[in-house]
Amino acid sequence: MILTIDGELVVDVDPVIGYMHRGNEKLPENCDYRQVIGYHDRTDYLAQFNTEHCYVEAVERLAGIKAPERAEYIRVILAEMNRIASHLMFFGAFGTDIGLFGTSFMYAFRDRETIQDFFEEITGERMMYNYFRPGGVAWDLPDNFHERCTQVLAAVKLGIDQLDGLMMENEVVLARCRGLSQVTQEDGINWGLSGPMLRATGLKHDLRRAEPYSIYDRFEFDIPTGRQGDVYDRLVVRLEEMRQSVRIVEQALEEMPEGPIMAEGLKRVLRVPAGETYMRVESPRGEYGVYLVSQGSDKPWRHKVRGASFSNLSALRAMSVGNYVSDVIIILGSIDIVLCEVDR
Amino acid sequence: MFLAFVSDNPWLEAMARLGIIALLVPVGVIMLTWVERKVIGRLQMRLGPMRVGPYGLLQGFADTIKLLTKEDVRPDTADRWTFELAPFVIVVPVIMALVALPFTADLFVSNLTLGLFYIVAVSGLSIVGFVMAGWGSDNKYALLGAVRAAAQLISYEIPLVMAVLAVAMLPQSLNLAEIVTGQEDTPNIAYQSLAFLIFAISGTAELYRPPFDIPVAESEVVGGPTVEYSGIRWSMFQLGEFVSMVIISILGSLIFLGGWQWPWSMFDQSVPVAGQVVTMLAKTSLFIFFFMWVRVSLPRLRIDQMMSFCWQLLLPFAFLQIIINGLVLVYDWPNETLVLLSGAAAAGALYLTYRAARMSGVRYQPGYQQVGSVL
Repeated sequence: MILTIDGELVVDVDPVIGYMHRGNEKLPENCDYRQVIGYHDRTDYLAQFNTEHCYVEAVERLAGIKAPERAEYIRVILAEMNRIASHLMFFGAFGTDIGLFGTSFMYAFRDRETIQDFFEEITGERMMYNYFRPGGVAWDLPDNFHERCTQVLAAVKLGIDQLDGLMMENEVVLARCRGLSQVTQEDGINWGLSGPMLRATGLKHDLRRAEPYSIYDRFEFDIPTGRQGDVYDRLVVRLEEMRQSVRIVEQALEEMPEGPIMAEGLKRVLRVPAGETYMRVESPRGEYGVYLVSQGSDKPWRHKVRGASFSNLSALRAMSVGNYVSDVIIILGSIDIVLCEVDR
Repeated sequence: MFLAFVSDNPWLEAMARLGIIALLVPVGVIMLTWVERKVIGRLQMRLGPMRVGPYGLLQGFADTIKLLTKEDVRPDTADRWTFELAPFVIVVPVIMALVALPFTADLFVSNLTLGLFYIVAVSGLSIVGFVMAGWGSDNKYALLGAVRAAAQLISYEIPLVMAVLAVAMLPQSLNLAEIVTGQEDTPNIAYQSLAFLIFAISGTAELYRPPFDIPVAESEVVGGPTVEYSGIRWSMFQLGEFVSMVIISILGSLIFLGGWQWPWSMFDQSVPVAGQVVTMLAKTSLFIFFFMWVRVSLPRLRIDQMMSFCWQLLLPFAFLQIIINGLVLVYDWPNETLVLLSGAAAAGALYLTYRAARMSGVRYQPGYQQVGSVL
């Protein structure tokens, strides 16, 4: 990031991106449909289940596969817990950006570790889960899933309340974040913001509600919105989203049926009929989309990813110019970018 | 008393007292780094250092050895003399201030008549070192940090001095031992709660500790003036920082908490030396713990908020405390008035801060960024 400053005031901001480009859009075009899932883990490495969910749903939509009920519930539970983990990571990193010597980091990471351990028990991996499959999930949950999930939720709920107490009523956080880098609803839409960034401006737009994918239409949850689109509202929205995710997981856990976890009659090599589709999900950072074009072979012909971080980052210059140097850091922090998703 | 064996020769005695300081300072600082890491660790649900020695007690010594054996790097483009002298300019005034600071009734190097004045004057010098380091490093982060440091230190020096001055009005002396003797009944914190508040806040700012670590902000100017330093020179900055913290803590316990005396004359005047040391250590530790506690619970202020907080809130209230003291002294009102007036003013200052933090940024016009929006 190249910063032009006049004393302590920022004159110009130029985010230099591209250093994390690994061809995550081109490489999958040479891979089997099931091999691509791993690349989505690595696109947004903090919201792996959400990105996997998006890709898997896209393939299912294109191939006309219907995943069984139980698999859908598993996906929703894991994706929502992943959203909590990602937002916890945000609060940890944001505390460090604003100068809170690691306290929020430790608080947030304690609970993120709990969730990661939980994911490891299910998928065998801590970060790159590679668990969802077109047509279901890779294998069934462990026997003690229900009990463990309740445990983790209880710990996370406590952790969210503690973070709330540490950050949200903190005088310095209030003084620093309120009114900083305000974005109006109109500007937010024009810049292509999505996720908590957009909801902080007061717009009630959540893809889980706007165009319910998977089984999100069955759950009861609120869409938290901010009032003036500043950094503080982004914090509030993210904190409240964690609470709503807990609600969704609790409901899904109640209703989760027994049954198969994989659709019937899938071949070893998945050949998808020719066609194209665009699937988008609400990832913790915003709208994560996958555009797939198939020509009937076992590999996607075109595979394009829309990263929420990239669009959100594009507003950085407009939000930062005229502010103080130290504010640019927390504005950048409040966007919650994942550079892998920016560059792909 | 405890130095009876050398006390017949004033030169020998002075050397012995200086020697004790020179020995205590590095060891004390090394242990203080361990204490700080341990306290912060516990406050953040970690263990802190645990590997070197029992409970990581020797961690500080291991770090010192590492720092001493590290290569002393100087950037090619750095201004040689400015760069290399800067750490000394920081450490020397700090040690000089320590010389005039009585720890107990007998444990001091020199009891100056103008002790308070001397300490405040000398500890203000270290800003020169920071500016030298920032300028000499030929590094934009260092320079930005140095400019911030200069602005901050000069600003917060004023409320700090005013708060200290208000306290000195009561015993009408600048001699630290006399100020302590004046508190044999009730510590000054009861009469001067406003001055205490201002002292604690501007003391934190003088030490560049959070929430006032703007000049050395890790996420903004990557360490500020110290960014180009390594090894022994960098550890001298650390030494200066920690000794300053001890000085502010000792000064605070002397002038506000009654120094080595037990509160409310519980043990009248005959407190033994060991008791004095323990009392003083406890009171100093309270201050040090306060600084560490604040460090883990408050994020960093913005530079304009830091400045407006000083000039708009701390400074007027510091003058208010002096006016209150003046009125009470001139009209000979009872001391209880002082408790009431100062307490009310302190509550007012706290309320203003509380309100300012919650009001900031709410009255905002789109397209225009408010500057100096703390109050």
